[in-house]
Amino acid sequence: MAEPALGAPTPGALMSADDVARVVDRVAHQLIERAAAGRAGTSQGAAPDGGLTDLVLVGVPTRGAPLARRLAGRIEAFTGTAVDVGTVDITLYRDDLRLRGVRALEDTRLPAAGIDGRLVVLVDDVLFSGRSVRAALDALRDLGRPRAVQLAVLVDRGHRELPIRADYVGKNVPTSRTQQVKVKLAEIDGVDEVVVADPAGAEATR
Amino acid sequence: MRRHLLEAADLDLGDATLVLDTAAQIDAALAGREVKKLPTLRGRTVVNLFYEDSTRTRISFELAAKRLSADVINFSAKGSSVSKGESLKDTAQTLEAMGSDAIVIRHGASGAPHRLAQWVRGSVVNAGDGTHEHPTQALLDAYTIRRRLGRLDGVRVVLVGDVLHSRVARSNVGLLHTLGADVTVVAPPTLLPVGVGSWPVTVSYDLDTVLPKADVVMMLRVQGERMNASFFPSAREYSRRYGLDARRMALLPDDTIVMHPGPMNRGMEIAAEVADSVRSTIVEQVGNGVSVRMAVLYLLLGGAPEGSS
Repeated sequence: MAEPALGAPTPGALMSADDVARVVDRVAHQLIERAAAGRAGTSQGAAPDGGLTDLVLVGVPTRGAPLARRLAGRIEAFTGTAVDVGTVDITLYRDDLRLRGVRALEDTRLPAAGIDGRLVVLVDDVLFSGRSVRAALDALRDLGRPRAVQLAVLVDRGHRELPIRADYVGKNVPTSRTQQVKVKLAEIDGVDEVVVADPAGAEATR
Repeated sequence: MRRHLLEAADLDLGDATLVLDTAAQIDAALAGREVKKLPTLRGRTVVNLFYEDSTRTRISFELAAKRLSADVINFSAKGSSVSKGESLKDTAQTLEAMGSDAIVIRHGASGAPHRLAQWVRGSVVNAGDGTHEHPTQALLDAYTIRRRLGRLDGVRVVLVGDVLHSRVARSNVGLLHTLGADVTVVAPPTLLPVGVGSWPVTVSYDLDTVLPKADVVMMLRVQGERMNASFFPSAREYSRRYGLDARRMALLPDDTIVMHPGPMNRGMEIAAEVADSVRSTIVEQVGNGVSVRMAVLYLLLGGAPEGSS
C-alpha cells in the first residue's frame, strides 16, 4: 500500500517560478485540446469556441483559486475565448474537522451561468490523499449537476487514500509520506515556487 | 472560541469577527443553491431546551442545526416532565445521557445557562436567559449592521426603550462595544438598570436629540410580561416620548437603519409605518439569524468533540 520512499526527493526547491509558469501554460493547452475533443462527438459538432464556453474552472481554496484564475487567463491568451472561473470552499465538507478542529471558511463563488450540464475542472495545488478532492466532489453535488467533472493539479505527490486520480498533472513528484510539499503562489505568498521539506526537526527514523 | 456561548463577553474581537465572517461565507455559499444543506455536523445532536416561549429563536436554531445536518431535538417545558417538577439539572443530565452534543437553552431565570454549563460535557448556547443576555441576537444584529453599513467600528448605535428588562440590550451593548461601535441608550429613568453608569455607553433621556446623529436605531420591545410594577404612566405617554413614529423617523440621516429584535408591539415602541419602511431591517434580521446561528454551531461543534480550548 505505502509507496516506497526510494524516489523521495531531497528537501529543497522542486519548481521555480519559470517551471510553474511553463506547467500552467502546458495544462492550459491540454484543457483547450480536451475541450475541443470533448465537443467533437456531440451533436453540435465542432463548436466555434472549441467547447470552451462549456468549461468551468473551479479552484479549491486557498491556492487552487488563483491557479484556476491563471489557467483561465492563459486559455484566454491562447484562444481569445474567456473561460468561466469559480471557487468552492470545502471546509464544511471535510471529513477531518473532528481531528483537526474548525477553521475559518473561504469564498465559494460560482459563475453566473452555474455549473449545470457543463464540464467542471476542479483545480488544486497538491494532490495527496485525495480527501480534499472527495470533499470538493461532495460540495459540487450540492451546487449543481455538471456534465462531467475533471481534476487538474499542479503537483501530484502520491500516497492516495481514495480511488481518485487527476486528469491534468503539472508535475508528478514521488515523495515520502512524512515529507511536506509546499506550493507558494505570488497571489498569496508573494512568490511562485514549489518546495519539498522534511518533517520539522525530524531525522528519517523509519 | 470557548466551548460555550453564554454571554457576549465570551467573545473577544477576534472570535466575534470570526463568527461574523463565517456567517457571511455560509450566506454566500448557500445563496441561490437548490440544496441548502451542508454535511458538517452529521451525527451530532443539538437539543433546543426552551423553558420560555419563542418563535423566531427556536425555529432559527432548529433551521441552523438542520442545515448543518445535525439531529435536532426540540424540548419545550410545557408538556414535559418539567411540569411534574423535574429540575433543570435532572433534565439536562437526562438529555446528555441520550447523547446530546450541544444544548441551546432559553430560560426565564438569569444565569440558568451558566449553571447548565457546569453540569454537562457538551456545549451550551444561551438563547436568552431572563433579563440577562441573548448573545446570538447580538451577533445577528451586528451582522445585519455590518451587511447594511459595511462596517462596525465607529458606528453610532442608539438603543431605545426597555433596557432594564432587555437581555437583547445587555448582549448588544457588550458585543457592539467589543466590535468598536459607539452605543447610546435612551430610556425613561425607570427602565434603566441601576448599574448602567458602569456600562460602556452614553445615557440619554431625550430621543429627539440623539436621532439626528444615529447610524443605527435599535428599538427594544416593552416587555409587559416582566413588568411587575408601573414603570411609566401609560402606554400612550411611553409611545409619545420613546416610540419611533414617522415624525421621528424624519429626523434620521438618510442611510440610518431601524432595527427591532421582535416580536414588535406595533404602535407602542415602533409605528407600523416605520416597521414597514425601507429603513427597517426587521425581516432581514430574522434571515440573518439563521446564518449567524449556523456559524456559531459550526464553530462550537465542528471541531474535536472534547472542547480543547
